[in-house]
Amino acid sequence: MITYIIRRLFAAVVLLFIISAATFSIFYLVPRLVGSTPETLATRYVGRAATPETVHLIAEKLGFYDPIWLQYGRWVKGIFFGADYDLGATVEHCPAPCFGYSFITKTPVWPDLVDRIPVTLSLAIGAAILWLIFGLSIGTLSALRRGSFLDRAAMTFSLAGVSLPIFFTGMIGLLVFSYKLGWTAPGGSYTDFTESPSAWAYALLLPWIVLALQFSAQYARLTRAGMLETMGEDYIRTARAKGLPERDVTVKHGLRAALTPILTIFGLDFGLLLGGAVLTEQVFSLPGLGKYAVDAITNNDLPKVLGVTMMAAFFVVIANLIVDLLYAVVDPRVRLG
Amino acid sequence: MPDGQAFLEVKDLKIHFPTDDGLVRSADGLSFKLERGRTLGIVGESGSGKSVTSLGIMGIYNKRNSQISGEIWLDGDEIVSAGQETVRKLRGNKLAMIFQDPLSAMHPYYTVGHQIIEAYQVHHNVSKKVARKHAIDMLGRVGIPQPDRRVDDYPHQFSGGMRQRAMIAMALVNDPQLLIADEPTTALDVTVQAQIMDLMHDLQAEFNSALIVITHDLGVVAELADDVLVMYGGKCIEYGSASTIFERPEHPYTWGLLGSMPRMDRPTQDRLVPIPGSPPSLINLPQGCAFSPRCAYEPQTGGLGTTVPPELVRAGGSNHLVRCHLPTEERQRIWAEEVKPKLEAQ
Ligand SMILES: Nc1ncnc2c1ncn2[C@@H]1O[C@H](COP(=O)(O)OP(=O)(O)OP(=O)(O)O)[C@@H](O)[C@H]1O
Ligand SMILES: [Mg+2]
Repeated sequence: MITYIIRRLFAAVVLLFIISAATFSIFYLVPRLVGSTPETLATRYVGRAATPETVHLIAEKLGFYDPIWLQYGRWVKGIFFGADYDLGATVEHCPAPCFGYSFITKTPVWPDLVDRIPVTLSLAIGAAILWLIFGLSIGTLSALRRGSFLDRAAMTFSLAGVSLPIFFTGMIGLLVFSYKLGWTAPGGSYTDFTESPSAWAYALLLPWIVLALQFSAQYARLTRAGMLETMGEDYIRTARAKGLPERDVTVKHGLRAALTPILTIFGLDFGLLLGGAVLTEQVFSLPGLGKYAVDAITNNDLPKVLGVTMMAAFFVVIANLIVDLLYAVVDPRVRLG
Repeated sequence: MPDGQAFLEVKDLKIHFPTDDGLVRSADGLSFKLERGRTLGIVGESGSGKSVTSLGIMGIYNKRNSQISGEIWLDGDEIVSAGQETVRKLRGNKLAMIFQDPLSAMHPYYTVGHQIIEAYQVHHNVSKKVARKHAIDMLGRVGIPQPDRRVDDYPHQFSGGMRQRAMIAMALVNDPQLLIADEPTTALDVTVQAQIMDLMHDLQAEFNSALIVITHDLGVVAELADDVLVMYGGKCIEYGSASTIFERPEHPYTWGLLGSMPRMDRPTQDRLVPIPGSPPSLINLPQGCAFSPRCAYEPQTGGLGTTVPPELVRAGGSNHLVRCHLPTEERQRIWAEEVKPKLEAQ
């Protein structure tokens, strides 16, 4: 078990390095492909007013002429030890962990990310709780009453839920529940939990529901399929032969087994969401990582985009790691070989 | 209990499944009796309805996709008409079941001990500690070495034979009075098969339970059974004491089964003579006798075999029933003069 954990941890670290190198290369190459030169990149830091000589000097000081692997090495070093950005007039210090320095807002990226993580985390956790509760129970009931009216209604509804995009359901939700009925908060009213838990929940209620709607639909279908399979297994027959009440047969034996593959998908979904629920945050103007990414892209703020991308990758890798470890807890055949 | 009623009495049991292709008559009018301390062997090829029948007795069927009728009397109580909750409380308690493939029949995510404890606690209001002690005790009795340690193992950590022992421990944990074993040894290799059969035999004597052994292997039946019921296409086609069935069988299908029976005392090369043809589809049973398309003696029925379904009637032996159009004397003659010498010469 210990070696299993160590192996997984090691793999996760290696994976993060590979992802960071790949991401960095993309952000290094793409601007050059569309015609940017070290000088144009440097111009962003010092402003258009600077003379070509200054620009050239700054580009040199920022290391824009260096080969890619050197620049990558410096970027990684910044994460661990911090970095200094010499802009000629001033030298900006970006303390560790330095995930880049925005030349547009003239701020390090990391504090921004730290500010936004709680928003995205709040959104993701709340929605996940909702979609797990609804998805699993609707899916289970559907499987048990396969072919019934309830099953067909649930599956039709969930097909709609899967296929309707967030920006559609989100807009409709805002229109009806916030503006017409006034039951939920309008967009852009996010408040920190520490400031006011009730305002926090009020602002997030509709985003949670809208996000959960889509995932519940998907999880209901997954759960239904999984339950249909496990409820036909021999060990279910054994559980019945023991005289277990049908509820225990379903939950302790059926659902328990059906949950394992769902756990994997949940880990991935949740990890992806932590990297930024882009559409939801955009529709509801929630200042999370997703909205941060969209804003950074709109402003062509490459260091920010790179930072938030790394953050997202980090969450996905960590979520996968946790799923792998949970798998071992859940499935003794993994744990004990 | 009404006078003369056996411990287990099944009367005209029918279990049918309506499907899109038609009505599947998996069990079609079965009747038999069994006393405590006795063993009934139910034999038949794959698909003859053995498992459906045993699950029916256990009350494990889905009312939404099956139709069940007839009577099952267990110790004076009728189960077919009883409420689901009543039957559930009997299940695993007064009547228990062992399944064919012990690996898939155990939950992969729970320890063997957990699964036995669960079986005990459903029917006994005791603490986990007490139930665990009981589970360890049971594992020891079915011959698991170091049961106090193995109790925390998962099914995949057990060998095939040990798994089946654990299944038996799980089934016997509540001292059931009726035990149904559905092909308990099919998934095991030969030496382990013998051990498991010995174990079941000993435990049955110890618990004085009624035992139903379901198998397509007459060798198992010869070893364990007092009575034998031969099933074909959901129906009983021959029923009698084990000595009757092995020494004076009257149904051509039973002859075929005996001919295909593995014999320990014979060289292996020439022991298997399969019955020609394949088991019937339960939806479109052949006209007349279900076995007629595969029966070598069908021409001797004068056309009855393919037109009229035979009734289950008294045969030569005492308490011996057979479902065949051939006259009793003719069957006895064929057995004595044609089939028996051939089997012995094999
Ligand atoms: N739920 C069901 N719906 C339709 N048909 C069914 C159902 N359950 C069982 N059957 C049919 O009933 C027949 C008898 O099945 P059963 O499992 O009792 O056979 P068996 O004698 O136990 O065979 P085996 O030796 O292979 O275990 C089979 O043809 C099977 O297809
Ligand atoms: Mg079977």
